[in-house]
Amino acid sequence: MNVFQFIVLNYNEVLRVTLEHLWMVVVSIFLAVVVGIPLGILITRWPGLDKPVLGTANIIQTIPSLALFGFLLPVPWIGARADRLAILALSLYALLPLIRNTYAGIKGVDRSVVEAGRGMGMTDRQLLFQVELPLALGVIIAGVRVATVICVGLATIAAAIGAGGLGEYIFRGLAMVNNQLILAGAIPAAALALLADVSLGWLERRLSPH
Amino acid sequence: MEDGRPPVQSGGDARLSTDKGSEEDSARAKSAEYANMDPSSQNGVVIAFREVTYRFSTGTELLNNLNLQVHRGETLVLLGRSGSGKTTTLKLINDLVSPTSGEVQVEGRPTTKWDPIRLRRGIGYVIQDAGLFPHFSVERNISLVPTIEQWPADRIRQRVAELLQLVGLDSSLSTRYPRELSGGQRQRVGVARALAADPPILLMDEPFAALDPITRAELQQEFLSLQKRLQKTVVFVTHDLREALLLGTRIALMESGRLVTALPPDEFVKSSDPLVKQYLNAFGASNGKRGSA
Repeated sequence: MNVFQFIVLNYNEVLRVTLEHLWMVVVSIFLAVVVGIPLGILITRWPGLDKPVLGTANIIQTIPSLALFGFLLPVPWIGARADRLAILALSLYALLPLIRNTYAGIKGVDRSVVEAGRGMGMTDRQLLFQVELPLALGVIIAGVRVATVICVGLATIAAAIGAGGLGEYIFRGLAMVNNQLILAGAIPAAALALLADVSLGWLERRLSPH
Repeated sequence: MEDGRPPVQSGGDARLSTDKGSEEDSARAKSAEYANMDPSSQNGVVIAFREVTYRFSTGTELLNNLNLQVHRGETLVLLGRSGSGKTTTLKLINDLVSPTSGEVQVEGRPTTKWDPIRLRRGIGYVIQDAGLFPHFSVERNISLVPTIEQWPADRIRQRVAELLQLVGLDSSLSTRYPRELSGGQRQRVGVARALAADPPILLMDEPFAALDPITRAELQQEFLSLQKRLQKTVVFVTHDLREALLLGTRIALMESGRLVTALPPDEFVKSSDPLVKQYLNAFGASNGKRGSA
């Protein structure tokens, strides 16, 4: 039985784990966006804050994912359910590209444009929402895109702690030395990643000001 | 004010334009009457630098003990080479930088006592290559200050149409984006944007420096005729002596953060000051070689 026959025969189950996978990624990215973009804006406003915040996000990024799941296990409420734990870990990984791109996007806005706006009496809030964020939007969306692709890949590991998702097939396949089963998890995961990449890439081009 | 209309005022501009509106009108009438007189003898002081020193936090000194007054309706040109402190002097006026010591007064009040937002909205600001917002259409760029001052929409539209005409741009350009304009057109939009809320003071930081010589000469002539009608108090930064002599009613030469002298153009060219002579010679020499302004 090849992998496509498997997918067709187990249509319902494949759909369920794919949606589980997608759900984990969407919630994680949502949380990371809600935290990461304001944090990225904040560190452009407080000059001393940029290095510690970016450094911390960088360190989180270097923790191996299995180890991070392990670290979070004893945390109350979070550790009680595998999906909560997986979502928190994925959000932490998604944080770095979001903070960094928001920061770089705003810092990358032409200084003379910002200074012209300030010189004409725009308030800090007006500069941020009318000038800096619109001009940085393309770079920020690029950060969301990178974070999403990373999360689609990492979410397969969440199956190791029982959070479900396409990783279930991969781990089951590994245990049973069944390549078809591994591919049944890997191919939809790769397709999800490509789909996210292409659609967010399209959005990025649409929203770039130039 | 232009086209003989009453001053355009918005609620917020009241402090800068209302309480001296009538005074300004009479000053204008006078300036027409005594057109040949030294402007400093008849008009009030709008901007005053008192012993202003500006240093970076690292200790590098950009301005040293600057004393200078700008009078109503004059075009004061800050002339000097790169790094002489011209742009810093300009940014002190709209409080983009604050003096390390001394004070800068605008309309008799130190800039540090002004609400910086109010101060800046009463001062038009034009910079090199215009500094237009690339994601705003020409119309939105021009209407920036009226919009943040919350003028009614129909009044903004009307004002944009007036301004496009004033700076010699076709109204069909209003929906274009800055990247779709030529350098000269962008600079015109920059001037229109600075004039939008009819501020009494205009700061111009090398506005024509990035333009080709022909476009520059055109815009210089239009600046002169515009200034004849509007009679704004203008502080104009340039390193180009010819531009200074053409546009300035007074030229302030700066060198290494100090004011060398401030003289009307006819006296400036006759000055015996060694630094002035050096500047004049530099341009005399380059004149023969390049032959362009």
